[in-house]
Amino acid sequence: MSPGHPTDSSVSAAAPRETFVLNVGPQHPATHGVLRLKLTMDGEYVLHAEPVIGYAHRMHEKMGENRTYVQFLPNPSRIDYLSAMHYMHAYVCVVERALGIEVPPRAEYIRVITSELNRIASHLVWFGAFLLDLGAFTPLLYAFDDREKILDLLEAVTGSRLTYCYYRFGGLCNDVDEQFIEGTRAFVKHMRGRLGMYHKLVTENLILRKRLEGIGVISAELCRKYGATGPVLRGSGVPCDVRKLEPYSVYPEFEFDVPHFAEGDCMARYKVRMEEIAQSLRIIEQAIAKLPPGPVMAEKVPRVIKPPPGDYYFAVEAARGRFAIRLVSDGTEVPYRLKLRTPSFSNLALFGEAARGLLMQDALALLGSLDLVIPDVDR
Amino acid sequence: MVAAIKEFCLGLHSLATGLAVTLEQFFRRPVTVHYPWEVLELPARYRGHIVLVRDEQTGRLRCIACKMCERICPSDCIVVEGAKLPGESRKSVTEFKLDFTKCSLCGLCVEVCPVDALAFSKRYNLASTRKADYESMDLCELAKAGDAK
Ligand code: SF4
Ligand code: SF4
Repeated sequence: MSPGHPTDSSVSAAAPRETFVLNVGPQHPATHGVLRLKLTMDGEYVLHAEPVIGYAHRMHEKMGENRTYVQFLPNPSRIDYLSAMHYMHAYVCVVERALGIEVPPRAEYIRVITSELNRIASHLVWFGAFLLDLGAFTPLLYAFDDREKILDLLEAVTGSRLTYCYYRFGGLCNDVDEQFIEGTRAFVKHMRGRLGMYHKLVTENLILRKRLEGIGVISAELCRKYGATGPVLRGSGVPCDVRKLEPYSVYPEFEFDVPHFAEGDCMARYKVRMEEIAQSLRIIEQAIAKLPPGPVMAEKVPRVIKPPPGDYYFAVEAARGRFAIRLVSDGTEVPYRLKLRTPSFSNLALFGEAARGLLMQDALALLGSLDLVIPDVDR
Repeated sequence: MVAAIKEFCLGLHSLATGLAVTLEQFFRRPVTVHYPWEVLELPARYRGHIVLVRDEQTGRLRCIACKMCERICPSDCIVVEGAKLPGESRKSVTEFKLDFTKCSLCGLCVEVCPVDALAFSKRYNLASTRKADYESMDLCELAKAGDAK
């Protein structure tokens, strides 16, 4: 020890308050992927939070510029692997809009059914992982049991469990069978009962409520500032849902509510997602009842996709919020620009401001309630 | 004081319901499949790595080496070579190499093939200590080995 260095412990106690930097991640059980949080801490309190991103950057936008439209088809489902159907939906629809293709109604209905199934599966993963963050292990196992049923259904029609690659320009790559319809019907019934069980087991649990109520409040103004969408925005009391505001596909034909809660705390976001599962079940039920017969592929899809020059845009409501693609075409076989607007990026952006002054464990609850998928942030 | 007692009761109640739900589960049949002793059946549309298909009548590989799959593959993992056999107007495949380390199992090659010469296999137990095993899979050889079985 160098001479003159204070060794007496009473000196440090009288010293100005010391802060330290805590690194959470890039590999950490609470971050669900390679996200690094640089937290400046004052004891147990977060003074300043800085998310460091880019560890899972895979250049999806750039890849869009060096391959044909068809060759980009596998990519969207890999941006947010939990919300693959919605991302595919946005991509095929932006190209369909550019080409002016009419999609047969049966295809659109099946797109809605599979998208909503995917939304439930995504929320179930969030439900399990979020509670795992809070220290509850059991609900994860129940959630994954239910999610497995959805994955089995989707695997039977698409051939894969996560990166479906099922939609095509003008329709779908293949039709669903009677088995899928029956399975989905049975699942809706099963899931309704399970939701009741989840509420009994988790939502009404006192410990959970103490951990979530009034914690990590995000105001609607903060959401506006950072462009947060989806359940985060709806948990701040704004009933904003692309399916209602900019209706696409056949969503206007279904009756469903947009759950929103004004509290803005973690509990509000929790309740939004749980309520959304119930709403998705409602949509699926109606879609199955109305499913029209007919082809699942439009007739006039050109073999070589060459959209006329122009600027096209399409947004969908993914499980995590508004996902939009802006496509600029120069009339060739390869997109000129493919801008991806991913919800997780904006939802993460507000973390720094919202986490200021929170206790460490509350900051992690807040992080979990944002439902981030890191490859979706980095893309 | 009253609030504290109320909260205590509420806590007890959530504890009891939680335990009841768990207990109920305790008497259910397990949902897990005991792989590898039990194996689930794969769905018909399962997308494994691609394989070459034989023509049922002639028994020859259907592929006519048109290279459509080679061109459409987003990851450049297919190399096809073909040659015309004497006395035939169509080409036959002589070499079909798949780089499975890069394949994303998207299925575009299967869809684009004009003569349905490609199909998905149902192999999923693929593991090796050598990268070379999957970097250049010879699908013609694989088709022969498959016939031998
Ligand atoms: S597209 Fe079909 S026929 Fe053409 S080279 Fe590929 S496998 Fe052979
Ligand atoms: S499945 Fe997709 S990535 Fe794999 S070889 Fe076929 S086209 Fe290429």
